[in-house]
Amino acid sequence: MKIGFFVTCLVDLFRPTVGFAAVKLLEEAGCTVEVPRAQTCCGQPAYNSGDKADAKDIARAVISAFEPYDYVVAPSGSCAGMIKVHYAELFADEPAWAQRARALARRTYELISFLVDICGVDAVDARYNGTATYHDSCSGLRELGVKAQPRKLLASVEGLTLKELPGTEVCCGFGGTFCIKYPEISTRMVDDKIKDVANTGADTLLAGDLGCLLNMAGRLAREGSPIKVRHVAEVLADMGRVPAIGEPLA
Amino acid sequence: MQPTCHAFKENAHAALNDATLQRAISKLGFQAARAAAVARLPEFEALRDRGRDIKNHVLENLDFYLERFEAKVRERGGEVHWCRTPAEAREAVLAICRGVGARTVTKGKSMIGEEIAINDYLAANGITPIETDFGEYIIQLRHEPPSHIIAPAIHLTKDQVSDTFLESHRQYGKTRRLAEPGEMLAEAREILREKFIAADVGITGANFLVAETGSSFIVTNEGNGDLTQTLTKAHIVLATPEKLVPTLEDATTLLRLLARSATGQEMSVYTTMSTGPRRPDDLDGPAAYHVVILDNGRTALLGTEFQDILRCIKCAACLNHCPVYNTIGGHAYGWVYPGPMGSVLTPAILGVEEAGDLPNATTLCGRCESVCPMRIPLPKMLRHWREREYEKGLSPPRYRAGLRVWAWFAKRPGLYHLAARFGMSVLGALGRRKGRFHRLPFAGGWTSGRDMPAPEGPTFHALWAARGDGAGA
Repeated sequence: MKIGFFVTCLVDLFRPTVGFAAVKLLEEAGCTVEVPRAQTCCGQPAYNSGDKADAKDIARAVISAFEPYDYVVAPSGSCAGMIKVHYAELFADEPAWAQRARALARRTYELISFLVDICGVDAVDARYNGTATYHDSCSGLRELGVKAQPRKLLASVEGLTLKELPGTEVCCGFGGTFCIKYPEISTRMVDDKIKDVANTGADTLLAGDLGCLLNMAGRLAREGSPIKVRHVAEVLADMGRVPAIGEPLA
Repeated sequence: MQPTCHAFKENAHAALNDATLQRAISKLGFQAARAAAVARLPEFEALRDRGRDIKNHVLENLDFYLERFEAKVRERGGEVHWCRTPAEAREAVLAICRGVGARTVTKGKSMIGEEIAINDYLAANGITPIETDFGEYIIQLRHEPPSHIIAPAIHLTKDQVSDTFLESHRQYGKTRRLAEPGEMLAEAREILREKFIAADVGITGANFLVAETGSSFIVTNEGNGDLTQTLTKAHIVLATPEKLVPTLEDATTLLRLLARSATGQEMSVYTTMSTGPRRPDDLDGPAAYHVVILDNGRTALLGTEFQDILRCIKCAACLNHCPVYNTIGGHAYGWVYPGPMGSVLTPAILGVEEAGDLPNATTLCGRCESVCPMRIPLPKMLRHWREREYEKGLSPPRYRAGLRVWAWFAKRPGLYHLAARFGMSVLGALGRRKGRFHRLPFAGGWTSGRDMPAPEGPTFHALWAARGDGAGA
């Protein structure tokens, strides 16, 4: 299976480790991974800001760049959801592009659900010493049905105990540009979230979307919490020893 | 009520810093109740499909059903009043009240009543309106608007209600401060009983209007609606066009969705159907039955990308599950309808210029759509409002400028990767030691409440290119 890996802009910019973790997991599952250079972002910031013209331009570029592959895989439910659910809506008034968007949508997946549902992976070869809790990011959960898959794979990680997070399906307050347009509301939402996280007693917080992770890690750090924040792919790929998000790098 | 949607940020700021409000809204139990009710009904998802289809059919044939409804109401001796604007609706209500020489009017809960601010209007014209829903009664005493469409006083604590009763009920000789909700309910009931008997006109809302019979439905948990509409000389139903359903069967389908989605009850305690005024051999009932149908911009949504919001049955599941509503409460939204359904409907009624913040003040997390009994795609419509705002140039100039610069790069992968590589190497070097930034230029929105985790330094694409086995450019 030839995979066109959609890195996502946040992983590209902030945390390449997540990208390499994803590539490792995909290769171990027997996939051939390529990374088209012509990608930047899925266009969601423009789409959710009402800027349809720019969103369409970016979407056209993504569609063209990824059409040659068997599958498109992204380490994010939000970006995968944009391609899988929203591109077709975006081109509702352009039938030719809508058709191409739908064809690509059928082959587009969020990383962990792709590994479990398409590649049939049911365990990983990884070790992580600690107790983790998992936050279900909104787009992955509600647009793509990512819920059981990460839990299934995390259960196979040696040394890891998973504690369920109360209110795990409640938004963390990131919301893309929402968090900078309404910082006060966003901060209160993420505050409620990290209180729930702390109450689980877990030492590690995992999720499948870097936007949510940066938001929660940023608030935890501001509050002086020692809880480590990681993308779930890092732990599954046995890369859980690199500094966590927001930790000193040197 | 004077809208303050334009001051949403200030409203939200006040709400977030109001400790009493935060205490009141922290204990809402609607989510668990709904989940339990849904779990007990295996066909709930199929019912949602059916509910959506019923309302879609009505919206596609609205003219037919409205006329059919009017004909049936007339057949039963009632009257339908068509009102385009709140002013027309207020005048219609006042004319009916004057026609029967009304001095006091009892009211069941009606959001349309709030939308047209009927209480203020009646009072200004010498007619005393008395809210009889317990929550509405409390906020009327406090001169406040509702903060929730089915639980209007949900923003208040028990202590606040105690204080309000002590102050307002002194005139009836009630001077003991009540501590228990049951006691407060009993005291309000005792006072309201007299008002019900003395009232000349009863105003209620409508959960459904049934075209085949000319009936209106209301659901309540207190029975106040029944007394309001049966004890008076005239019953006025305040409704909007999209409340129509074709048949009684359809109404019962929607009733099976309504209470479960709203409070988690299988049915509300009272479900009351009114069909015309009292007939000669009826034991009781109003002498006149009027349905005031207010449009106020709703039918203009037909055929637009906002048509689906007209399926709304006002259950409030979207409010109850909204993380933003649950953080700031209902008043911050600045008008009658808060939460996700309000953030779609309010710009349609008041204009996106007044209410432009509402569709933006959401994370588009999608929980509202996932619980909506009518499967209304709320996030999609919130995004459509953002499109309208962007087209009209209403989004803040700095935000637009930032978006333009970002989009310019995002459309040029070569330059984008170069700029990203440079920017991240600088940020990465600066943030290496601490791993995060406490302050960053141009990122005040982020860093006011959070640190910004530092990037690892090199971008993924740079590292991948260095690895040397990527698929070429």
